[in-house]
Amino acid sequence: MNNLVNEKTLVELSTLAALPFEPEKSKATLDALNEVLALVGQMQSLDVSNVRPLAHPLERHQSLRADAVTETVDPDALSQNAPHYEAGLYFVPKVIE
Amino acid sequence: MNLDFATLTDLQKALRNRAVSATELTQHYLTRIDALDPTLNSFISVQAEAALAAAGRADERFAQGDTRPLTGIPIAQKDIFCLQGQKTTAGSKMLSQFIAPYTATCSEKLAHAGAITLGKTNMDEFAMGSSNENSYFGAVHNPWDPQLIPGGSSGGSAAAVAAGLCAASTGTDTGGSIRQPAAMCGLTGLKPTYGRISRWGMIAFASSLDQAGPMARTAQDAAILLEHMAGHDPRDSTSLNEPVPRFSEGLDNSIRGLRIGVCREFFTEGLDPAVERSIREALAVYESLGATLVDISLPHTPYSVSAYYVIAPAECSANLARFDGIRYGYRCSDPENLQDLYQRSRGEGFGEEVKKRILVGTFALSAGYFDAFYARAQKIRRRIKEDFVNAFEHVDVIAGPTAPTPAFPLGEKASNPVEMYLQDIYTISASLAGVPAMSIPAGLANGLPVGLQLIGNYLQEGPLLQAAHQFQQATHWHSLTPPEAL
Amino acid sequence: MSIPAGWQIDIGLEIHAQLNTQSKIFSGASTRFGQSANSQACAIDLGMPGVLPSVNAEVFVKAVQFGLSIGALINQESRFDRKNYFYPDLPKGYQITQMDHPIVLGGKITIETLDGTEKMIRVTRAHLEEDAGKSIHDFKPGYTGIDLNRAGTPLLEIVSEPDIKNAAEAVAYAKAIHQLLTYLEVCDGNMAEGSLRFDANISVRRQDAETLGTRSEIKNLNSFRFLEQAIHFETERQISVLEAGGTLVQDTRLFDPDRHETRSMRSKETATDYRYFPEPDLLPVMLTAEFIENIQAQLPELPGERAQRYQTAHELSASDAALLSQDRRLGDYFDQVLTSSSNAKSAANWVRGDLLSKLNEHDLSITACPISPKNLGEMIQLIDQGVISGKIAKEVFAALWSQQTESASDYVQKNQLEQVSDASAIEPLIDALIAENPKQAADLRAGKDKLMGFFVGKVMQATQGKANPKQVNDLIRKKLSEP
Repeated sequence: MNNLVNEKTLVELSTLAALPFEPEKSKATLDALNEVLALVGQMQSLDVSNVRPLAHPLERHQSLRADAVTETVDPDALSQNAPHYEAGLYFVPKVIE
Repeated sequence: MNLDFATLTDLQKALRNRAVSATELTQHYLTRIDALDPTLNSFISVQAEAALAAAGRADERFAQGDTRPLTGIPIAQKDIFCLQGQKTTAGSKMLSQFIAPYTATCSEKLAHAGAITLGKTNMDEFAMGSSNENSYFGAVHNPWDPQLIPGGSSGGSAAAVAAGLCAASTGTDTGGSIRQPAAMCGLTGLKPTYGRISRWGMIAFASSLDQAGPMARTAQDAAILLEHMAGHDPRDSTSLNEPVPRFSEGLDNSIRGLRIGVCREFFTEGLDPAVERSIREALAVYESLGATLVDISLPHTPYSVSAYYVIAPAECSANLARFDGIRYGYRCSDPENLQDLYQRSRGEGFGEEVKKRILVGTFALSAGYFDAFYARAQKIRRRIKEDFVNAFEHVDVIAGPTAPTPAFPLGEKASNPVEMYLQDIYTISASLAGVPAMSIPAGLANGLPVGLQLIGNYLQEGPLLQAAHQFQQATHWHSLTPPEAL
Repeated sequence: MSIPAGWQIDIGLEIHAQLNTQSKIFSGASTRFGQSANSQACAIDLGMPGVLPSVNAEVFVKAVQFGLSIGALINQESRFDRKNYFYPDLPKGYQITQMDHPIVLGGKITIETLDGTEKMIRVTRAHLEEDAGKSIHDFKPGYTGIDLNRAGTPLLEIVSEPDIKNAAEAVAYAKAIHQLLTYLEVCDGNMAEGSLRFDANISVRRQDAETLGTRSEIKNLNSFRFLEQAIHFETERQISVLEAGGTLVQDTRLFDPDRHETRSMRSKETATDYRYFPEPDLLPVMLTAEFIENIQAQLPELPGERAQRYQTAHELSASDAALLSQDRRLGDYFDQVLTSSSNAKSAANWVRGDLLSKLNEHDLSITACPISPKNLGEMIQLIDQGVISGKIAKEVFAALWSQQTESASDYVQKNQLEQVSDASAIEPLIDALIAENPKQAADLRAGKDKLMGFFVGKVMQATQGKANPKQVNDLIRKKLSEP
């Protein structure tokens, strides 16, 4: 199988995954990805027409909970790991829409 | 009594008979951790003070006769389980300073049953790996030979038990992460039916595959732990609403007439001949115990690795998106803008294997490739499940090797990812199907432990543990300990 | 604004309606609005490591109510998917939504078009999902603050077909959805608090073109006015680009009401592959036929059906019928008034007139109305039976409003307000009036009908309003025609 990921795809995938694209590492990363995708590509030989996908191994159904407020929120405890938190808000560099 | 490698069951007795106190036992392990863990690196954090305090409370309970099944038993927990107020890292720089604000359900259950947590064990970052070389906190060394890997991703949990640093431990298994390190360290490790144990508070790798389980010295110990880890949890929608049997009862029943499927796809060219010899001998032991061996096929096994390395990365690419350096976790210094914050925090916070899997998963879900990769992998997953459903119409348990080789040297496969991925070739199908599976010690190959994998039908952990226990009544492999260097 | 000649517009709306549950869709945290930042966001809403979603049953009740109300198909098995993208107000890096198996499929909404005719807008689907948090851009210079209180609030996203042909239709459709959701009481409909938000997919094409043009999606319009304006500005923009010979690119845009323009959202330009896949933390939701039947059985009479009933069974005008049907509780009140008074026309006048203006004046909802429908109905009955005059009724109404009395009849009795219908009591008054005002009497007799008011007024004055004006009228005519 041909290499599925080239540098352009790698840039796109990195953007989607919010990972840095590092040109100096790009060849190594491309090789590693294409190697995995080649391994994974072995499944292309199996005929799976008319097979329904299986998302959950046990195929059971969701149970639903009653609409009630059950969580008590302690913002101080929940924000203790935040890198930049003040006045009750989590901060990031200014977002321009 | 020699406490170093005593089974959990023996320790329960010793504590109850007051032959040893919980404090003495806890101190004993803490001393061993101090002495041996600098070599092994099996713990990421040790909570000596908290453990001794808990041991003190356990001793009070013994004094008052108010004990629970695991009162005073010191265990170690994989550092993927959140423990409130304690550092929980998942082996990642991303979470190296993360203090969990809540406790994982299964850890809470174990604590409720009386178990004492000595510390959190090392692991491959976010449970991605089969050698425990992918940890931000350094590789774990195999107690049988510190030059060797202990297996992964629950390598720290395996090494800690194997080295006698705790009575038992918890692990998680997504594609073999309990069974393979158990095999390589000479332990009994169980991955229950998917959904048996709540995933609440267990940091996710691949949600539809992740399953917690016990790592112990014997099947009996594993059975006891499972009883106190399993059970329905409304906080985990995928947790099974099924009664939890008393797994530790009925282990002594004979397995005469047990039908053991020997899956031909598990004896392929990649299997180390010495490992194969041990497995064949183990199967002969089963025959001598009155079990019948049945030749079976799980025809889609050859596709399991491919399907797994699509589904698990796809799920992980989404599960790890929450690590964005905003509400918790590593944040890069002086981000210039939002994109820079995301990319550098994640780029610097995640290790190479994690980033690679995120990219593979992102690819498998991306427009144009979804059908050929993700959707196809899910269809193969159904085929693999059907293989098991069909097989269990004819057999009670399926047996084979856990891993193709015994433990290998650190660094040997680090540069060969595909070879590393093939470590899981025998364990992955049970993960994809969601059936319970375990690894038990079944011999030595070149002086290193070999694991026999036993796979059971859905919710049939009982018969599985019984088969394992009966084997351990007839063999001594599970009681071997690492060479005297330790 | 009219559409330039030679062009037609195609609009599809995505309406995000917050469902008014107590707790969030995937966590047990409160959905209360207006609380201090991040005080309503639990570990699940924050997307902490190791937490898992659980599903609120009530969101399915509400979604099914909506679906059945628009004649849609309810998917007994629906599923959740992950929609992946990075944004600071999206804590998990994915939104849990329903992609391939939404709870509601199809259905339609009837609107009135500009020329007064009825038109059907097809609903493609409606699915359940979680709301995101809020970004606060003006709190700290150079930074954006994130408040995740809103994260996890249940949303029903209602997607229409591109059946909408102009801004007025879009607003009519949006208002119809708003009315239905609030009528069903599945959404509080509070636009100022963002309970209903619109994304408009807009494209233009030449009058004779058979396929849709390139569309732009205008995000996050939070009022009917902005919806209308955004459509105007965006269609103008697209037409001018095309008329200048340019081409359009499919994009996502923001409406800037201050600058009267839409502009492309640069931040989302690159990442538009959402990589939907089944949410592995949740299982497919299977609703039983019984669950759906129960909701169907308890579904209230819908606004359209109710208005129809008011027109046919009670002979109300179309406008009265529509007004009394738009609010479910108002309609319920009116129906209860009708149980004690059969004069629907009069009941409608009282409710939409005096009652609603009083309620508005005091900023009260119909459910907090101090006058019970039974009392209002009884009062109307007293008018119809001739026991009190319309003028006295105003006084009785005021007494009922201020709750000075238990009932209309009590008040009338206690204050002796019964109409004087006894001719023998009124006739002497008329005789005396004619005697005192001979000129006016003569003029009236000669056909100067305006003077009738003068005499009636005098009689009413003398009886303190208790005489029946119609009866007084008749008696005056009788007296004057007497030889």
